[in-house]
Amino acid sequence: MESIGVLMACPMNSYLEQQLDKRFKLYRFWTVPDKSSFLASHKDSIQAVVGNAGAGADAELIEALPKLEIVASFSVGLDKIDLAKCKEKGIRVTNTPDVLTEDVADLAIGLMLAVLRKLCESDRYVRSGKWKKGDYVLTTKFTGKKVGIIGLGRIGMAIAKRAEAFSCPISYYTRTEKPDIKYKYYPSVVELAAHCDILVVACPLTKETHHIINREVIDALGPKGVLINIGRGPHVDEPELVSALVERRLGGAGLDVFENEPYVPEELFGLDNVVLLPHVGSGTVETRQAMADLVIGNLEAHFQKKPLLTPVV
Amino acid sequence: MAAENQSQTSQSDLPCVLILKPPPSFALFGDHFLDSPKFQYLKAYESPLPLSQFLHTHAQSVQAILSSGGAPVTADTIRLLPRLDLVVTTSQGLNHIDLSECRCRGIAVASAGTIFSADCADSVVGLLIDVLRKISAANRYVKQGLWSSQGVYPLGYKLGGKRVGIVGLGSIGTEVAKRLEAFGCSISYNSRTKKPLAPYTFYPNVVQLAANCDALIICCALTDETHHLINKEVLSALGKDGVIINIARGPIIDEKELVRCLVKGEIRGAGLDVFEHEPDVPVELFELDNVVMSPHNAVFTWESFEDLCKLVVGNFEAFFSNEPLLSPVALDHLPQFSG
Repeated sequence: MESIGVLMACPMNSYLEQQLDKRFKLYRFWTVPDKSSFLASHKDSIQAVVGNAGAGADAELIEALPKLEIVASFSVGLDKIDLAKCKEKGIRVTNTPDVLTEDVADLAIGLMLAVLRKLCESDRYVRSGKWKKGDYVLTTKFTGKKVGIIGLGRIGMAIAKRAEAFSCPISYYTRTEKPDIKYKYYPSVVELAAHCDILVVACPLTKETHHIINREVIDALGPKGVLINIGRGPHVDEPELVSALVERRLGGAGLDVFENEPYVPEELFGLDNVVLLPHVGSGTVETRQAMADLVIGNLEAHFQKKPLLTPVV
Repeated sequence: MAAENQSQTSQSDLPCVLILKPPPSFALFGDHFLDSPKFQYLKAYESPLPLSQFLHTHAQSVQAILSSGGAPVTADTIRLLPRLDLVVTTSQGLNHIDLSECRCRGIAVASAGTIFSADCADSVVGLLIDVLRKISAANRYVKQGLWSSQGVYPLGYKLGGKRVGIVGLGSIGTEVAKRLEAFGCSISYNSRTKKPLAPYTFYPNVVQLAANCDALIICCALTDETHHLINKEVLSALGKDGVIINIARGPIIDEKELVRCLVKGEIRGAGLDVFEHEPDVPVELFELDNVVMSPHNAVFTWESFEDLCKLVVGNFEAFFSNEPLLSPVALDHLPQFSG
């Protein structure tokens, strides 16, 4: 398969890059000085694209690669791939579900604890060397808090299972109510926000869920409410979120994703009730290895004409 | 009038609770946070008299003491108070009270019971996820503007599937186990005695526990036996992929040895709420991104302090009404801590 051209959209994992290099003819898109002339000269050599949460295969790229057969994403999210265009052209699409579910759910809970219990601020205080006996600050208990989850897929369910171990009552919003689910359903995000203490975004990013967290939802969540986003930046109307946090109309936030990564609104840097992470939801040694193996496995299966491991299209 | 007389006589009749030093809740909520119409406080720290003189003066009035970590109850103090029948502490820990002296004298002891167990367990999980997933370190990175300038942050380690070893399977240890099981962790423990109803693997000593786990969680009491329980041998058994979390008491860990292991990379990381000589923390830890620290505040939530107030006042009121204490400590089987 060394003659099969694979275009890697951006740097994402050195083990994956190494493996792709070994098995295929790898093109590193980010090293190319002139992307359009590169595509023009290589359009007949590229049969696969490997993307991630940051860069995938939009309509323009797909159109530029007439020999494209498969897009394998190093992510579970598919918002950077034009799925309709892929379907139209018979291009297969794969992602990395399940292997990263636990890590993302763990991080969601970690963010909840970090925000409510002010873990980062406590660490900063001790690290400053200024800890004096008698300096006490009270934080907010996590056990028993009401957790509202937007999206009850694999990740949403994993978050619910973990939060239940802390005796947190769980409620959720999805497009339609799920049968056989014991958690309380709310038919709108605003109602969910009004009835929970911590609101977590755990749904896919689509046209419908763009800015699903808007001013109205933030107001409903309120000055004691906390927002956790482990989905995608564009789930949240970021300027609205920033002003709500700065003006203390929202109690706190734990954010792993942003509208324009790696740029994070600087107004958030000084807020001790906000925890900011550089999109590390699946960022563990173990999981990235498993994700890379899935990408390789899917590509090999496709080119060996075997069934794909985790097909989406 | 009748009411005035009544309040005058009842003031001097009210039983006395001695406070040697103010508890943390006074710093947060003021000196009247734990007031009750059924008893009064004698605040030794407000008196100009030296303590021994103060105790001598009030020896016949003191039936009970309100204690906290910073206001220990020693054998010497107890011996100066012949009418002392009760010590109520605002903490779950008891290492600051001379329990054997209390046992000898038939003095009852009441603690915070299990009201702090959930918060302590939450702190354990928070610290563990923070250490493995580098939450505090990555938050610092982003807030210093380094994500946009320096790029991708190093990978952390998965929590799911990790082997968790709990030292001390009491109330807090049990709450920790319940939570971490939901993250797909397997649980094992070491305790003074094996717990027949606990569905977890028991190891007869801490070295074996450490050798068989990826995350060692300290949830036991500080006693003579557990002082420096976590020593060079245990840390070596825990190994370079192991993490340690301590929300119990600083002296349970040989801190010098822990710092050495962390600086040399002989263990993966640590989450520490307590230290041997609080508030002094070894400065070598300040340089390490694989260490997460908090200033002995694992129980400091609004909700727990509300519960604590009700419990402390409730214990004193029950005692002075000859009713059973709300959160008595069974002194018969407790180990010693010589301080």
